[in-house]
Amino acid sequence: MNGRAKKWTLIAAFWLLILILWQLLAALYGPEIIPSPYLTLQGGYELISDGTLLQYIGISFYRVLLGWTLGGIISIPFGLIIGRVDFIRTFAEPFLNFIRFIPPIAFITLFLIWFGIGEASKVMLILYATLFIVMLNTLTGVLSVEEDKIRAARSMGASEWQILIHVIVPATVPYMFTGVRLAMGTSFMAIIGAEMIASNEGVGYLIWNSRLFFRTDWIFVGLICLGLMGFLTDRTVALLGRKLLSRYGVVSTSALRR
Amino acid sequence: MRAVSKRNEIYIERLNKTYQASGKKAGDGNVHYIIQDVDLVVKGGEFFILLGPSGCGKSTLLNMIAGFVSKTSGEIRVGEHQVERPGSDRAVVFQQADSSLFPWLTVRENVEFGLRMKRVPKAQRREISGKYIELVGLKGHENKFPRELSGGMKQRVQLARVLANDPAILLMDEPFGALDAMTRRTMQRELVKIWKNTDKTIIFVTHDIQEAILLGTRIGIMSAGPSARITHIYDVPLPYPRDITNPEFHVLYNKIQAHFEDETEGSV
Repeated sequence: MNGRAKKWTLIAAFWLLILILWQLLAALYGPEIIPSPYLTLQGGYELISDGTLLQYIGISFYRVLLGWTLGGIISIPFGLIIGRVDFIRTFAEPFLNFIRFIPPIAFITLFLIWFGIGEASKVMLILYATLFIVMLNTLTGVLSVEEDKIRAARSMGASEWQILIHVIVPATVPYMFTGVRLAMGTSFMAIIGAEMIASNEGVGYLIWNSRLFFRTDWIFVGLICLGLMGFLTDRTVALLGRKLLSRYGVVSTSALRR
Repeated sequence: MRAVSKRNEIYIERLNKTYQASGKKAGDGNVHYIIQDVDLVVKGGEFFILLGPSGCGKSTLLNMIAGFVSKTSGEIRVGEHQVERPGSDRAVVFQQADSSLFPWLTVRENVEFGLRMKRVPKAQRREISGKYIELVGLKGHENKFPRELSGGMKQRVQLARVLANDPAILLMDEPFGALDAMTRRTMQRELVKIWKNTDKTIIFVTHDIQEAILLGTRIGIMSAGPSARITHIYDVPLPYPRDITNPEFHVLYNKIQAHFEDETEGSV
């Protein structure tokens, strides 16, 4: 317990240091450039009391979770097929590696034209952000299933379909999970971009719109909310993975990034 | 011993496995033989050893019998049937338990895998898996995952997993190669015991002469690759359980040892 207490003291001290630094910089540059922690707190209170902040957080979460879930559901079967069928993989893999270098934000204008300025375009953007990461990770997982496992299953009378369901899928779960977790990060980036450019709700909109009123404190509130949202989702996903998927070899590691 | 049926006999005639040297066109004379002109009959209930140095193609031959690797020409039959693909009549025990066991399944679930694929009802599955888990000495470890087991225990799980499907033939690819000497001796003794109590045919690949003589009824010597073939077959007339200190054991050991030495000299 002693080691643990020490760890938490250190963490608390670290955040206190950040806070002090922030306060110093705020005093140095003035509230227009850097709002002090207290001003930010006040701005946050303002936004909470008129209900906008929670509404914005809710709408951003909703978009991310919907697009991310859909993306995960769609991409996993595709990743499995691409991984299993050599013929499909020969042309699908270069395409995937081409498209994954195009960030979702680059597609915003096109998605607005294609899917309208409503929710659909935002959800599609998140879906796009999720799709290829999860697909590529699933594909990698399928390709790294040991041949001995497949051979063992086959010589115990498993059909190709049974091999897919009972060997390939469980052996690939850790890869799928990594993909899904990475995609959560890209989804947040994509949604903020989309909300800045084409929305009148959401945390991205809050950050972007605050510039009109010169409310740097509201921008700070938005940034802190984003960090917290990402942190909490990632921890929740990691916890769920550890609780539900540990038998498949999913271990909880600190946040992974590309 | 029980009368043995034909379904556990293996016939191999003029079997070849070749590969084309990379970058060369077919028919250029660049054909390399991995397996060349292998003829072999393994009778039902026999414990046949394929003995040879590393890389001599004995695993390839085993994988061809298993149906994992296609033949170039010749014939492999098990009983009446041509070997075209893997089948549950030929069970395979792999060298690496870590790569062949399913780490997301418990010991019991691993052992029941083949039965589940055949949609055997749960109660019956339990009964069969329980029997073989006990046979290989893993009673009490049913609910553990492979990562919680030692190397020897994992190989026991592999053994139970294939036995549960009641195959006619067991194909074993250096299954005890990665175990420490003590565990290996125990596993060898128990494998002989299990084999004695069933009418299964075993083909066992090893590069260890002592292991070969401890286990097999016959030992087929494979020459060093490329173009491996079975150069000689030794009968092992010693009774089980075999004793390393037996003088006859020693005579045979030296004979096989000399065989390999001659061969290496011949090839230099």
